[in-house]
Amino acid sequence: MAQQVGRKPFVRDARWEWITRHPRYLRYLTREFSCLFIGAWTLMLVCAIARLSEGPEAWAAFLEGLKSPLVVAFHLVSLAFAVYHSITWFQLTPKALPVQLGEKFLPDGVISGAHFGAWAVLSLAILYLAGAF
Amino acid sequence: MSERQVEIEVLRYNPETDKEPHFQRYSVKCREEWVVLDALNHIKETIDPTLSYRWSCHMAVCGSCGMMVNGEPKLACKSFLRDYPGLIRVEPLAHFPVERDLVTVIDDFVAKLARVKPYLIPKPAAPEAATGEYQQTPAQLKRYKQFTLCINCMLCYAACPEYGLIPEYIGPAALSLAHRWNEDSRDGGREQRQEEIAATEGVWECSFVGACSEVCPEHVDPAAALQQVKIKSTIDWYTEHLMPWRNK
Repeated sequence: MAQQVGRKPFVRDARWEWITRHPRYLRYLTREFSCLFIGAWTLMLVCAIARLSEGPEAWAAFLEGLKSPLVVAFHLVSLAFAVYHSITWFQLTPKALPVQLGEKFLPDGVISGAHFGAWAVLSLAILYLAGAF
Repeated sequence: MSERQVEIEVLRYNPETDKEPHFQRYSVKCREEWVVLDALNHIKETIDPTLSYRWSCHMAVCGSCGMMVNGEPKLACKSFLRDYPGLIRVEPLAHFPVERDLVTVIDDFVAKLARVKPYLIPKPAAPEAATGEYQQTPAQLKRYKQFTLCINCMLCYAACPEYGLIPEYIGPAALSLAHRWNEDSRDGGREQRQEEIAATEGVWECSFVGACSEVCPEHVDPAAALQQVKIKSTIDWYTEHLMPWRNK
């Protein structure tokens, strides 16, 4: 009979080393952290509605505050994160929403393309309603 | 046939003598067309017979030789030396306890796999039960075929940060295999599997990193399976709470 060998499995603490293991993890973290900026921007939108309800002076003061370089910079960074989040998210849609037609699946590009198209149309509609054109 | 001197660093751990693992470096003459597994076999045969690792088929079918090659979860039999011009660092699969050298303890994965019931559970009173013949159209097969290709190599577990942080998480391969059976037209076991896979420790621990699909050597795309389970489970919840008349 074979000699009994004692087991002593070693647990390596590698809970956080994944972050630097491959660029994909940094891309993932960027996508996840983008929510902080998008959330902060949404809070600002709520504040804007509150100022608007307080009357024309409060609204004008709020608009004046938007011109500060810090707020402009915050808008640009938030926009960049929102665009990055939207693009990476729409690129993933074919995984979540496969469309099977008979024995074939619709190509990934058609599904993500439809999302990009809807995004563009809705953005243009909002810009139109906002009087940008 | 060209040969070159390859520098390989292997994580060694002997549970009987070592307190913790350490790297050991080997310099071996390898053929250019070899894979990392060939180099390990060469080391074991000619330099160090105590080197321990799992392998079997040498053709990316058995799923035994999963290990970290330069920090990426890989099948050693599918990692060509020509793709690694410099030092090759080989470690046991991340997120699993190390039994000895490159051999990991995989009990956790095996137990989770059993929990999701990855086998056909016939529909109650299925007409096929009498004849024993379960027919399926090519389109019905196509629906889940991709998810049948899993070889249980566990590379996706080593790639998944969520599994590293939350060991209770059922994980990509087991959840994908549950989805594979749920999508099978012959199967009637979805309700039994949902208890495990639609739970917090099931698909809801997944934050869609997508690394599982990137490292999968069989292109199973576990990330796709998991997002599809999330959508179906969400529809279940809304059906149950907003359309009570549809509940049985």
